[in-house]
Amino acid sequence: METDDPNRRRFLESALAGAAMSAFPLPALAQARGHGHVVVIGGGFGGASCARTLKRLEPRLAVTLVESNRIFTSCPFSNAVIAGLRDIADQHFGYRAVAKQGVALHWGTASAVDRQNHRVVLSDGSTLRYDRLVLAPGVDIRWDGLPGYSEEAALRMPHAWKAGEQTLLLRRQLAAMDDGGLVAIAAPANPYRCPPGPYERASLIAYYLKTHKPRSKLIVLDAKDAFSKQRLFEEAWKVLYPDLIEWVPLSQGGQVISVDPATMTLVTDFASHQVAVANVIPPQRAGAIASLAGVADRSGWCPIDPTTFESTLQKDIHVIGDAAIAGAMPKSAFAANAQAKVCAAAIVEMLAGRQPDDPRLINTCYSLVAPDYGISIAGVYHAAGGQLTDVTGAGGISPLDAPRSFREQEARYAEGWFKTITTEAFG
Amino acid sequence: MRLVNSVLVVGLLLCGPAQAASRKEPLPSPPGASACSGCHGAGRSIPQLPGKIPVEIATALQDFKTGKRPATVMDRIAKGFSDDEIAAIAAWYGRQRP
Repeated sequence: METDDPNRRRFLESALAGAAMSAFPLPALAQARGHGHVVVIGGGFGGASCARTLKRLEPRLAVTLVESNRIFTSCPFSNAVIAGLRDIADQHFGYRAVAKQGVALHWGTASAVDRQNHRVVLSDGSTLRYDRLVLAPGVDIRWDGLPGYSEEAALRMPHAWKAGEQTLLLRRQLAAMDDGGLVAIAAPANPYRCPPGPYERASLIAYYLKTHKPRSKLIVLDAKDAFSKQRLFEEAWKVLYPDLIEWVPLSQGGQVISVDPATMTLVTDFASHQVAVANVIPPQRAGAIASLAGVADRSGWCPIDPTTFESTLQKDIHVIGDAAIAGAMPKSAFAANAQAKVCAAAIVEMLAGRQPDDPRLINTCYSLVAPDYGISIAGVYHAAGGQLTDVTGAGGISPLDAPRSFREQEARYAEGWFKTITTEAFG
Repeated sequence: MRLVNSVLVVGLLLCGPAQAASRKEPLPSPPGASACSGCHGAGRSIPQLPGKIPVEIATALQDFKTGKRPATVMDRIAKGFSDDEIAAIAAWYGRQRP
C-alpha cells in the first residue's frame, strides 16, 4: 500500500524520529512533574485511540505512535467490501488528526524492547525511550497453525482477516466465480479477532450470492460447536438465505485440519471439500512485538491487569486490544477503543503517582446479516478476581423474534457506530 | 434545573479523592463514562452526550434499565450500572463541552 520513494520515506522517518527524540524531557525528571513519554506501538483502533486520549487527558505528556502503514484499513465493515456493498476507500483512515493532536508519529516497525533501559528498538535502528509503553499490535496469523496454509497459500485461499489487499482478493474471487460455485469459510477455534466476524461474513457473502449468483452455495466449516450471536444468525439465515448457508460444527466434523491450495481442497476429519472459493480464517496470536517484548504467555496472547491494562508479565508495559487477554471482553474494535481510553487514563494517573480507579468497560458489537438487517451483542465489564468479568444482569444479544424494523434500526446504528469509532480513533 | 445539576456536580467533586481539589487538570471520568463515546459521538443516528442536561441522561439510563423506555441495546448496557454510577456518568457528561 505504501510504495512511495524509499529514500524520501527513510528521510521522513529519521527526521520524525529525530524530532520526537529531541522533544522528550528527561523521563525521571518529567515523571516527577507529572509529564513523561509514552510510546504506543500499533496505530489501529486501540493504539490510535490510546495515543489521542493520552494527549487529550494530559497535553504535557510526550506521546509517540509507532505504526508501519500511513493508511489504516479498517476490519469492521470490511465484510461489506467483500460482498461488493462498500468501497475499500471507505475503510481507509489516515493519521493527520492524530498528529495534529500532538502525537509524534514514527513510521516503522518495532523490532525489540529493551525493558531494562526502557527503550523500544525500531526497524531503522533508532530507539525510543519510554516511561510507559503501550502495545496495541493486534493479531498475527499463526502460519504454523494449519497444515498446508502459508503466506503463499493465502494468495489462493485468502484469510481476509487483516483488511486490505486480502479483502479485495476475496472480493475478486467471488466476483469471478461462476454461478453455482461452492464457497467455503473455515472458521477457527477461540480465541481469535472478532468472534462474530466469520458469521457476518457468511451472511454478507450469502447476500451477494443470492443477489448475483443464486445457484451457488456457502459452507461454513467450523472448529467450534457454538459461536457469537448464533441464535440470531441462524434465525436470520432461515429467513433470508434458506438452503444457501450450511454450517458444519466441530462435533459434525467441521474442523478444517489441512488445506491444499493447489486443488482448492479443505480437509476435515470426515471429508474433503473441493470448493470454488475458500476463505480460510486461520488461528491467530498477539502481534509479533508482544512476544518480543516478553508480554505474551504460552497461549500467544497477553495477560493484563484489568484496572490498568499493564502486563502481568512485564512492568511498565501495557497491552490493549486484540492482543490482550481481556477476560470476558471479546477481541473487537469497540473493546480495543474502550480499553484504550481506560488504559490512557490509568497511565496518566500512574505517571502522576496516583492510583487509578477500578474501571467499568462496555462492548457493543454489531453484525450485518444483510445491508438492512443488523444484530448486536453487548457487555458491561468490571475488574473482579484479577480479570475483566461480565457485570451480572447486563449485556447479551438482540432479542430473538424482533420485528424487521428493529433489525433495520440496528443496521443504521451499526453505521453510526462505525462513523463514531473511526472518528474517535483517527479524527 | 441547572442549579440542581450544579449542586449535584459540586457534590460529586467534593466526594472525590482528597487530592482532586488541588489539581489543575480535568478530573478523570467516572467508571464507564469513557466507553459511551464509542457509539455516542460523530454518528448522526446515535445522540451525542456532552453538554446534555445530566438529569436527562440519568433519567434515560434509569428508564432503559427498568425497561420503561424501549431500546435496541441501551437496555442491555444500562443494566450494568448502579444508580450512583449512572448519576456520576450523567453529571460528568453534563460538564463536557459539546
